[in-house]
Amino acid sequence: MAALLGRSCRKLGFLSSGHGARRSVSTETGKSLNLYSAINQALHIALDSDPRSYVFGEDVGFGGVFRCTTGLAERFGKNRVFNTPLCEQGIVGFGIGLAAMGNRAIVEIQFADYIYPAFDQIVNEAAKFRYRSGNQFNCGGLTIRAPYGAVGHGGHYHSQSPEAFFCHVPGIKVVIPRSPREAKGLLLSCIRDPNPVVFFEPKWLYRQAVEEVPEHDYMIPLSEAEVIREGNDITLVGWGAQLTIMEQACLEAEKEGISCELIDLKTLLPWDKETVEASVKKTGRLLISHEAPITGGFGAEISATILERCFLKLEAPVTRVCGLDTPFPLVFEPFYMPTKNKILDAIKTTVNY
Amino acid sequence: MALSRLSSRSNGIARPFSAAFNRFISTDTTPITIETSLPFTAHLCDPPSRSVESSSQELLDFFRTMALMRRMEIAADSLYKAKLIRGFCHLYDGQEAVAIGMEAAITKKDAIITAYRDHCIFLGRGGSLHEVFSELMGRQAGCSKGKGGSMHFYKKDSSFYGGHGIVGAQVPLGCGVAFAQKYNKEEAVTFALYGDGAANQGQLFEALNISALWDLPAILVCENNHYGMGTAEWRAAKSPSYYKRGDYVPGLKVDGMDAFAVKQACKFAKDHALEKGPIILEMDTYRYHGHSMSDPGSTYRTRDEISGVRQERDPIERIKKLVLSHDLATEKELKDMEKEIRKEVDDAIAKAKDCPMPEPSELFTNVYVKGFGTESFGPDRKEVKAALP
Repeated sequence: MAALLGRSCRKLGFLSSGHGARRSVSTETGKSLNLYSAINQALHIALDSDPRSYVFGEDVGFGGVFRCTTGLAERFGKNRVFNTPLCEQGIVGFGIGLAAMGNRAIVEIQFADYIYPAFDQIVNEAAKFRYRSGNQFNCGGLTIRAPYGAVGHGGHYHSQSPEAFFCHVPGIKVVIPRSPREAKGLLLSCIRDPNPVVFFEPKWLYRQAVEEVPEHDYMIPLSEAEVIREGNDITLVGWGAQLTIMEQACLEAEKEGISCELIDLKTLLPWDKETVEASVKKTGRLLISHEAPITGGFGAEISATILERCFLKLEAPVTRVCGLDTPFPLVFEPFYMPTKNKILDAIKTTVNY
Repeated sequence: MALSRLSSRSNGIARPFSAAFNRFISTDTTPITIETSLPFTAHLCDPPSRSVESSSQELLDFFRTMALMRRMEIAADSLYKAKLIRGFCHLYDGQEAVAIGMEAAITKKDAIITAYRDHCIFLGRGGSLHEVFSELMGRQAGCSKGKGGSMHFYKKDSSFYGGHGIVGAQVPLGCGVAFAQKYNKEEAVTFALYGDGAANQGQLFEALNISALWDLPAILVCENNHYGMGTAEWRAAKSPSYYKRGDYVPGLKVDGMDAFAVKQACKFAKDHALEKGPIILEMDTYRYHGHSMSDPGSTYRTRDEISGVRQERDPIERIKKLVLSHDLATEKELKDMEKEIRKEVDDAIAKAKDCPMPEPSELFTNVYVKGFGTESFGPDRKEVKAALP
């Protein structure tokens, strides 16, 4: 029952981009696309604009298991878009080498749950390359894309959110889009960013999220958070698919007279502390929500930083509504997830502290 | 229950169909020698003989168990489509000969560890249909208490170490189990199964090197069904001769659709592993279904190929022909057996459907050892929702 609720919440279409002030893209119209099509478009543009960019990973040739790479091999050839054997460590290491030679290596890891064999390569090789070579070498052209997050029936190994592990590594960037329009702009920024980037795509939104996406080449700046809903009573911070759930909670809270401000962090590392700080100084309360387990999740970092910066302005303790401290469960997914009701409860408790 | 009647020798009660089975009750102990379909191809060792010792009892057992495995997988297919099984479901139909041949050559003290295509291996290790369907549907009576699902079947008392989702990760584990067996002087071996996709994982070669260095009784079995999800082996591997990939480790290539070839190879491998150390077995097999229930299985291979294998190499058909040619049963008797099996599977499904889901508190159990006592919070952080037991 809770699962149905959760799923129907996600189906409810998806967030409008708030402020027009930051960039004009949010007010442009375009074609109605879902997330995988928007990412596909971004990849087409990336490969088109730079002849030294390559897309590779498991099964990307025929379009990938989520269709993000459809049409690329046909258009750009098998020398630029190719399949690799089943070896994540090898794939990422290979990508680092390619990037070190000045190419843009766009690596796909089939599910974020499988990224761990490549963890050593990312942390020890990619993140530290520029630093340890005194800027002689770098693998800035490396972008690693991986679908992450719950999907309703993924179980232990098709639902994980590993962003916290990567946010702990200076030298790489971690970016998570919330919608098709954001994904296209952010992905193009990541690919063209001169640092190695890990780009997590919320797999639940691949088909469910549909939005108007401008057809031209555009980039959304990294390390800039966006206030997607303005409010005065409490600040909510999240990223990726969780924002859809948080917006549901905000709408419900509004019915009870609580005005919520919702911020999409977009880039988790390095994250936009100023925007969140400004918002919390206005509202005095902070709630962070993510699917990953609560202990050691990225919410802890946000909480600690905001506490340092806004201590005297806080009206209530910073609250985190996250996944539980268990492995991502199979039948228990509805209990594990940070649902709209859990967030709503936390909003009310924080406001009434 | 129907099946146990077949192996009971004399129960003194004349029943309508056991009368028909009378003749092979008396031929139970008759040894039969069967020639494998193909010779073995060896790497750095002498291949075993093509003549396999068996008995009429074993032949019928093979037929019955493989037919049961086949029916179980087909039933799982329907249950998945009816949304009673959620998550992922990887079916083994077509590969039954590997599970059954291996079991025939070893004991329950020997360990088996495999990837996620584990329903039939679990059954071979002595698991019951009820446990299988309960686990698939996420019920309490499942072998992993409903917390694992299709990919995570385990059976400790039969040394079945599961049931693993991450490709290739189970092989170093298997080598560790083999180390423990050697250390404890158990005179047992470990079969670490993996697929042609996993054969390109680095951790496999790390595990192989360690096993060879320390002469561990580890047998690495590559169940080569020629497709790693949708990628054909020639597109993923420079050398698809997986039995040779061990380089300094001997290997054997086996027709994985011939249960007797598998049995012979596993017996040979066990003797080798106990004496000399690791060996690789490559089972040349085939799966009829796609990689999982989300994969139709026809976008990367032709329907002709699938039906061709079904006609020429189906493992159950092969056993059926042997049973008939050795006059152990008539066509009709075998059909009756299949009907009983169908009923047994349907009964198990019905029983599993009645089983309750795990209690919500089970979400928190077994994260750590019992009594560790970490807290897990509810939404408001003040009320402790649960202490991890």
